[in-house]
Amino acid sequence: MKEKFKSNRNSTVSYSLVIALFIILSIMSGAGLLGRKYSSLLVPVCCYIVAAIGLNMNVGISGELNLGQAGFMSLGAFTAVIVAGALNFHGVTAPALVLLICIVCGTLIAGFLGWLMSIPVLKLEGDYLAIVTLAFGQIIVNIINNVYLGIDENGLHFSFVNNSIQMQEDGKMLISGPMGATGVNTASSFLAGFLLVLISLIVVYHIMNSRNGRAIMACRDNRIAASTVGINAVAEKTLAFVISAALGGAAGALYGMNYSSFAATKFDFNLSILILVYVVLGGLGNMTGTIIATTLLVVLPEVLRFLSIYRMLIYAVVLIVIMIVTNNQTIRLRLKNLRQNKKESGKGAKTNG
Amino acid sequence: MKKKFLCLGLIAALCGAMTACGSSAGSSSVSSGSASGTVTKVSGDAFKLGASGPLSGDASVYGIAVKNAAELAIDEINKKGGIQFELNFQDDQADTEAAVNAYNTLADWGMQVSLLTVTSGSGQSVAPLYKQDNIFAITPSGSSTAVIYQDAENNKDPYGNIFQMCFTDPNQGKASADYLAEHTDLGTKVGIIYRNDDNYSTGIYNTFVAEAKEKNLKIVSTGTFTKGATDFSVQIKQAKDAGADIVFLPIYYQPASLVLQAAKNAGYTPTFFGCDGMDGILTQDNFDKSLAEGLYMLTPFSADATDEKTQSFVKAYKDKYGETPNQFAADAYDAVNALAQALENSDVTPKSSTDDITAALTKQFTSMTFQGITAPGDITWNENGEVSKEPRAIVIKDGAYVSAE
Amino acid sequence: MQFLSYLISGLGLGSVYAIMALGYSMVYGIAKMLNFAHGDIIMVGAYVAFFAISGAGMPPAVAILLSVLVCTVLGVVIERLAYKPLREASSLAVLITAIGVSHFLENGALILWGADSKFFPSNIFPQGGPTIGSLTISWLTIITIAVCCVIMILLMLFVGRTNTGRAMRACSEDKGAATLMGINVNAIISLTFAIGSGLAAIAAVLLGSTYPSISPTLGAMPGIKAFTAAVLGGIGSIPGAFLGGLLLGVIENLSKAYISQQLSDAIVFGVLVVILLIKPAGLLGRKVSEKV
Repeated sequence: MKEKFKSNRNSTVSYSLVIALFIILSIMSGAGLLGRKYSSLLVPVCCYIVAAIGLNMNVGISGELNLGQAGFMSLGAFTAVIVAGALNFHGVTAPALVLLICIVCGTLIAGFLGWLMSIPVLKLEGDYLAIVTLAFGQIIVNIINNVYLGIDENGLHFSFVNNSIQMQEDGKMLISGPMGATGVNTASSFLAGFLLVLISLIVVYHIMNSRNGRAIMACRDNRIAASTVGINAVAEKTLAFVISAALGGAAGALYGMNYSSFAATKFDFNLSILILVYVVLGGLGNMTGTIIATTLLVVLPEVLRFLSIYRMLIYAVVLIVIMIVTNNQTIRLRLKNLRQNKKESGKGAKTNG
Repeated sequence: MKKKFLCLGLIAALCGAMTACGSSAGSSSVSSGSASGTVTKVSGDAFKLGASGPLSGDASVYGIAVKNAAELAIDEINKKGGIQFELNFQDDQADTEAAVNAYNTLADWGMQVSLLTVTSGSGQSVAPLYKQDNIFAITPSGSSTAVIYQDAENNKDPYGNIFQMCFTDPNQGKASADYLAEHTDLGTKVGIIYRNDDNYSTGIYNTFVAEAKEKNLKIVSTGTFTKGATDFSVQIKQAKDAGADIVFLPIYYQPASLVLQAAKNAGYTPTFFGCDGMDGILTQDNFDKSLAEGLYMLTPFSADATDEKTQSFVKAYKDKYGETPNQFAADAYDAVNALAQALENSDVTPKSSTDDITAALTKQFTSMTFQGITAPGDITWNENGEVSKEPRAIVIKDGAYVSAE
Repeated sequence: MQFLSYLISGLGLGSVYAIMALGYSMVYGIAKMLNFAHGDIIMVGAYVAFFAISGAGMPPAVAILLSVLVCTVLGVVIERLAYKPLREASSLAVLITAIGVSHFLENGALILWGADSKFFPSNIFPQGGPTIGSLTISWLTIITIAVCCVIMILLMLFVGRTNTGRAMRACSEDKGAATLMGINVNAIISLTFAIGSGLAAIAAVLLGSTYPSISPTLGAMPGIKAFTAAVLGGIGSIPGAFLGGLLLGVIENLSKAYISQQLSDAIVFGVLVVILLIKPAGLLGRKVSEKV
C-alpha cells in the first residue's frame, strides 16, 4: 500500500513538473524572454525526453542495457519523413494532422521492428545483450544510409544501395541515401512535444503500476525467482523492450518533423550513448530525474557556448563530476548529513523525502 | 525528495540563466563572441558577420581552417578602414541539429550577413532558415547543391540568397571526368574509391559516373567506405585486380592518405586523381611525401602558387597560425573578401535592414566579378548562387604542387 | 589465390582489432567495467609516440617505452580520479563516467594537438614483407599477430600462474571475499588499469604504423570494433579477445570483397548477432550460471 502510494506520488511529481515547465517555458517563449536559441531547443528537448523515458523503461525498469535507442529514433524519424512526404504530396498539409499521423506511424514501425529484434536480443543476457542492441543500431543506420526513396504521381519509388530512381516531372525525393531526408515541411511544435512527453509518461507510469510492471521489475531484480513464481520473464522483458522502442520511434518522428533535413548518420552510436547518459544521470527507473537530466544536458552545451573551443571539454568534466557526486557513497552520505543538519535548524520547513 | 528539490532548483537557476542570455541578447552575446575568438570588437559601425562550422569533433580541421582564414581576412579589411566586420563564429560540430542551434544563437546576436556553414550537411539544414529570415549567406565550403537549391535533385528552386564560394560537387565530378577524358595519357581504366555515407563524396561520384559514361571513360572498379574507416586494403586490391590505371578519389585528404598507404603496401602504382578535398594532403605533420608523388588533383587553390595574392595570404596565415592554409581556408578568405567588395560597391550600411543588405548583396554578387586566390582568373556567380571559376589541375612532383598541363 | 590474399589482409586488420580488444577484455575481466575510454588512451599513446619520434627524434624503441609509460600513468590517474570513487556504484554509472573520460581525452587532444591529422612515422617497423607465390604478407601484419600472441600468452601466464594474477582473479570473482583474504582490491584494480593502458600504448604504435593518419578521434571507430571483437570472443576471456579480433577483421574484409562494401557494417554486425545467438556468451566466454 505504501509502495503504491509512493509510486503515485512519483508520477504526480513528474506530471506537475512537466506541466509547470511547459507553462513557464511557453510564457517565457511567448514573451520573447528565451530568444531564438533557447526557443528552438524546446522541441528537441521534448524528443530526447521521450526517447530517454522509453530507454529508462528498458534500462531502468527492465534492467537490460540498450545501446541502440538511436536506431529506433532513426526508424521513427525516417518513417515520419516518408509518411509526411506522401501526405504532403496528396495535398494533406495541416501540420497537426500530419504530425499526428507521422508520430503514430513512427511509433508503430519502431515498435514492430523492436518486437522483431527483441526475439533474438532477449535470448541473451548482460553485456552480450547490450552489444547486440548496439549491433542492431549500427545495422539500421547502415541500411537507411543506402535507401533512396522518391514519390511522384505513380506512387513511391524505392531503390537500394545505388540510386536508380527515374521519376515523373512532379516527383520529389524524400530520402536520398547519405544525404538523408531533405525538404520535409516541418510540423513539430512545443505543444506537440509537451503532449507527447505527457502521453509517454502516462504510458510508462501505467505500465509501472500495473501487474506487468511489477512482473518486469521482479524479473530485473531476480529473474530466476520471478520465473519460479510463474512470471514469463521473456514476455515481460519483451513488453518493456517494445515500449522502449516504440517511444524511441515516437521521439524520432517528432525529431524528424522538427528539422527540414537530417541524415541517418545523425542517429549513430554516439546518440544512443547520449540518451543513455540522460537516463543514468536522471536515475534508473526515475522518470522525473530523466526529464530533469535530459533538459539540463541538452541545454548545457548551449549555455557553455561562450567557452568556445573549451566547450566540449568542460561538458565532459561536468559530466564526470556529476556522475561521481551523485553516485559516490561517501559524498552522498555527506550531502545527506549536510541537509539533515540544515533541516534541523530550519525546523522541517519541507516535508520529509 | 530533497534531491528532487535540488534538481528543481538547478532547473530554475538554468531557466534564469537562459532568460538572462535571452533578454540581454545584445550585450552578453558580444562578449561571448569575443570569447569564441572573434576578431576585433568594432564599436558601432560594423557588419555583423555570422558563421558556423565544426570547431570540435572529427571534422573540426575544416571548421578551424575557415575560422582562422575568416579572422585573418577581417583583420586585414578592418585595418584598411572602410567596410568593417564583426565575426561571430559558432561551433556546429558538423551536425545538423547543432547547426540549427548555432543559427539561432547567431540570429539572437543580430547577424546581418553570413558565411553560412563550413560543411554541406549543416548548410542544408540551416538554408531554409536563412531563406525564411532573408539573410544573405555565402558558404566557403558547403559544396553540395542542396545548400543552394531547395530541390537539389533537379537543381530547381534556388534559395536565391545563398551563394557558394566553392565549386558544387556535381561540377567537380564533371570537371574531373572531362579532364580524364582529355588526358588519356594518364590512363584509360578508372577505379573509384569514395565515401558512401558522405554527401560531398557521393555528390562528386554520381556526376563523375554520369559524365564518364558520356565521355566513354571506362570505370572498372568501385570501392566505398564509411566514416572512420581505416582499412582500405580490399578497395585497393579490387582496383588493382581490375587493372585500373587511374584511381579517382573524390574524398578528403585524411582517408586519402590511408588509401595511398594501402596502395603502397600492395605495391600498386596507378595515377591517383583527387578533387578539392585532396588539398592539404602535403600539410599533414610528418607526411611521407613520396606517397603522394604523381598525385593529380583539381583544386581551386594551391598554397604553392606564385602569384602575389596567394603568397601574401599564405605568409600571413603561416605567421599567425603556424600552419599552411588549405583550400578551406582559402575559400573562406575569398568569401570574406568577396563580401567586402560587394558591400563596398553597394550603398548599404550596418544600420540598414537585413532585407536591404540581402537585396543589395544579391544584386552585387550576380553582377560583379571578383578576383581572389581560389581561381587564376575572374570569379563570377549566377543568380542561383553557383560560382563559376576555373579549376586548376595540380600534380605533385618532388613533394610539391606543380601545375599540370 | 585471391581469396587467400583477402584473407591475409583481413588478418592484418583483425590483428589490430585483436590487440585493442585484449586491453578491453583485460580490464573487463578483472574490474568488470567497460572502459569506453580505452580507444582514446590508444589515441594518446599514438600521439606520444608520434611526438617522441618525429618531434624529439628519439629512437623508436625509446619512443615506444615512453608511450607505454605515459599511457600507464594516464590509465592509473584516470582510474584513481574518475573510476575509484565509483567502486560501489552501479556498473552503468561507471560506464557513463568512462564515456565522459572518453569525451574529455578527445577534446583535450583536439585543443592540445589540433584537429589536423598527423602522419605516423613509418620507420618503426620494416616495410614490405615476404612473398610466397603472388601473395605478399606485410611484416607489420606478422609483427602485430606475433606481438598479440606474445602478449596473450604473457597475460595468461601472469593471470593464471602468479600470485598477483591469482589475486586478480579473486577480485574478479568476488571483491568482498578477496578483501577478506587480505587482498588489496584497490591496488589490484589500479594494476589492471596500468596493464590495460600499457597494452593500449603498444596497440597505438601498431595501429599508427598500420594506418598512419592519426587524429584526436582515431580511437572512436576502432574502439567500437575492438569492443565488439572482445564481446564476440567472450568478454573477459583473453584468448577470446584475440580470436574475436582476428575473426572480426577477416569477416569485415571478406564481406567487403565478396558481398557489399556499402553494407559491410551491417553485415559485420549481423554476423555478430548470429554468432551470439549460437554462442550466447561469445566464442570462448564462460557461461556463468546464476545461483539461486
